[in-house]
Amino acid sequence: MADAPNGKKRADGKPNTPLLDELEKGPWPSFVTEIKSAAETSDSAGDLLGQLELSYEDRLSHWKHGGLVGVLGYGGGVIGRYSDVGEKFPNVAHFHTLRVNHPAAWFYSSEALRAICDIWERRGSGLTNMHGSTGDIILLGTTTDQLEPTFQELTHAGFDLGGSGSAVRTPSTCVGMARCEWACYDSMKLCYDLTMYYQDELHRPAFPYKFKFKFSACPNDCVASIARSDMSVIGTWKDEIQIDHDEVANYAAAGLDIQKDVCSHCPGKCMDWDGKKLSIENRDCVRCMHCINVMPKALRPGKERGAVILIGAKAPILQGALLSSVLIPFVPADELFETIKELVSRIWDFWDEYGTNRERIGELIQRVGLPVFLEGIGLDPVPEMVAAPRDNPYIYYQTEKEGEQ
Amino acid sequence: MTTTPLQPRITDVGPPSYDKYLPPIIRKNYGQWKYHEKLAPGVLCHVAESGDRLYTVRGGTPRLLGIQTIRKFADLADKYCGGHLRFTSRNNIEFLLEDAANIEPLKKELAALGIPVGGTNNSISNIVHTQGWVHCHSAATDASGIVKCVMDAVHEHFTHEDLPAKLRIALACCLNMCGAVHCSDIAILGVHRRPPNVQKELLPKVCEVPTLISSCPTGAIRPTTWEGKPSVEVIEEQCMYCGNCFSVCPAMPMSDAENDGLSIWVGGKVSNARSEPRFSKLAIPFLPNTPPRWPEVVDAVVKIVDVYSKNARKYERVGEWIDRVGWPRFFELTGFEFTRYHIDDFKHAGLTFARSAHVRY
Repeated sequence: MADAPNGKKRADGKPNTPLLDELEKGPWPSFVTEIKSAAETSDSAGDLLGQLELSYEDRLSHWKHGGLVGVLGYGGGVIGRYSDVGEKFPNVAHFHTLRVNHPAAWFYSSEALRAICDIWERRGSGLTNMHGSTGDIILLGTTTDQLEPTFQELTHAGFDLGGSGSAVRTPSTCVGMARCEWACYDSMKLCYDLTMYYQDELHRPAFPYKFKFKFSACPNDCVASIARSDMSVIGTWKDEIQIDHDEVANYAAAGLDIQKDVCSHCPGKCMDWDGKKLSIENRDCVRCMHCINVMPKALRPGKERGAVILIGAKAPILQGALLSSVLIPFVPADELFETIKELVSRIWDFWDEYGTNRERIGELIQRVGLPVFLEGIGLDPVPEMVAAPRDNPYIYYQTEKEGEQ
Repeated sequence: MTTTPLQPRITDVGPPSYDKYLPPIIRKNYGQWKYHEKLAPGVLCHVAESGDRLYTVRGGTPRLLGIQTIRKFADLADKYCGGHLRFTSRNNIEFLLEDAANIEPLKKELAALGIPVGGTNNSISNIVHTQGWVHCHSAATDASGIVKCVMDAVHEHFTHEDLPAKLRIALACCLNMCGAVHCSDIAILGVHRRPPNVQKELLPKVCEVPTLISSCPTGAIRPTTWEGKPSVEVIEEQCMYCGNCFSVCPAMPMSDAENDGLSIWVGGKVSNARSEPRFSKLAIPFLPNTPPRWPEVVDAVVKIVDVYSKNARKYERVGEWIDRVGWPRFFELTGFEFTRYHIDDFKHAGLTFARSAHVRY
């Protein structure tokens, strides 16, 4: 039925993509429509459409393993990509991607967005991801000769590349103090300050493997830091939940069942509602956020604010997925920047010394044991680090050193 | 088009300052927000100590955006919110309004662009996902295509806050999990099911054998020679199809149209609210890869959403609901088959065995 090769224009002037056309149906906005609209002015977007149609026929990717391409003086920020059907689709034979470090919490002005669009219209496919999984602006597809000019136009517009390879990856943060009453520290500023402090480690890979930072300003963890970052910084508070008793009464009057909807879900079993007054035993509160989420007008995090620092999350490759675990139970908000700098320098020294190729920090800790890691970075063990003490008796007792009891 | 790079050459400038693109109302009330209210699905109102009110209108995007659409978003931001907007961690777009009178006109313009408004509170928000066949070499399946089909099927739960709690779906097109889907209420994961196909001609030209051997987490790759050249062989029964060898050596491709497919995982979360963050668990070990509309995957996700929304109590995330009713009930209610693949046989497998006499009948 096709009167033209995949992705090429048919007699009616439309690209021949019968399988992808199925993905323009239905209520959700379509990425195929996006590629088609870019293809009206971009030959590489047109060939991407053709190659993708072929992948839909073959049920296989037609991208080859990445190659080493980049910009002068950086070891990352560009993902090399080559087509294995470049003879059919010459405009995507080389189709490299730039990762561009996004502004904290993905705030933009329309002017900044247009500047990026204008650069990418001249220099690349006109296709983007807003945003990649780690948070970067993804500029999807250009040729090797365009990488350096694109990079220079980006830096002149006030943007820089993000991380790739065995480097600090682009740090990301939740919306924090910009638009959230629960922010327990200034996650956007901390994210920015540390990103600037680690520019060299971000652009010039020198680690055993990648290292990700994510900053969530409260335990709701809107950037999934506990699942997705080697160092997770999650806001919390030390003192008492702030209660506005009049507003609690208003929620009750409006039909909220305080006992059932709030107290019964409390993991610390620290809340009591006598039908008139809500009381909280704050020593038993685990800072989970449920009650505050349900009654944002009545309850707020305490005033002594800061963050928990956790270490080691990652996706499954190689030894299985890990969630981050507690390293420092509480750091006051105004001490976070200095504490993290000092802590990270010790962690990276240890990783540098003992990490093997492609070993994330979480896997290194699994391999050598948390006690050895703690000793290596000079941190004392505290009970907040474990869900429970060990339940096996195979203890590696250490010989007492001279002078120690 | 000029090909001469701009002068002077600038590097290491980092991202724009964290406060550079904040709208004036946010600059004024930074760190001074008092509470927020839900006005409608996709519409939030944050109230500051100063009494200022900031209205957020959230819309879903396909994540893969052409510059044409981004420019339309910029135009809407100019028209309704002083040229300011943001994106969320789940690929939604948010317009930040000072004037509540602009909410309805903006929603109308978004509807005309085909952008659904929603994704807040007890809804299904946008799907975090990976590149798939659009741009990845190790993809076991496409990503954007499946996301489109699933969101088409559940979009009513994006535009309505009608679930017991929020429900987060994520998709990764191979075990590398660039989308880190492993802590989602519902995770869709592309899987390979056959060992790498060693390209013996190519291998000595592009790979270091010792690095390749050490890349295998199960020790399934052994050195050998082929026609006098260094090569490797794969002990097939030891391979768990992770693809790490392919990441370090292009001569070890995994893709196989007949055997690649999808698995479905449920019950993970990252928030600390009520219960602790946790991994998603296996619901369906394999579904066929069926572009362009993946009906088997869509049906499975819709089934989980339906059963969850009918049976969970208010505030229970998928994993918390299953905690209460138990896994046997989950398999009974969904009709998914429980198989040998659901029983962990990797490291620390015993931790997921039922180690008590607590059994529901």
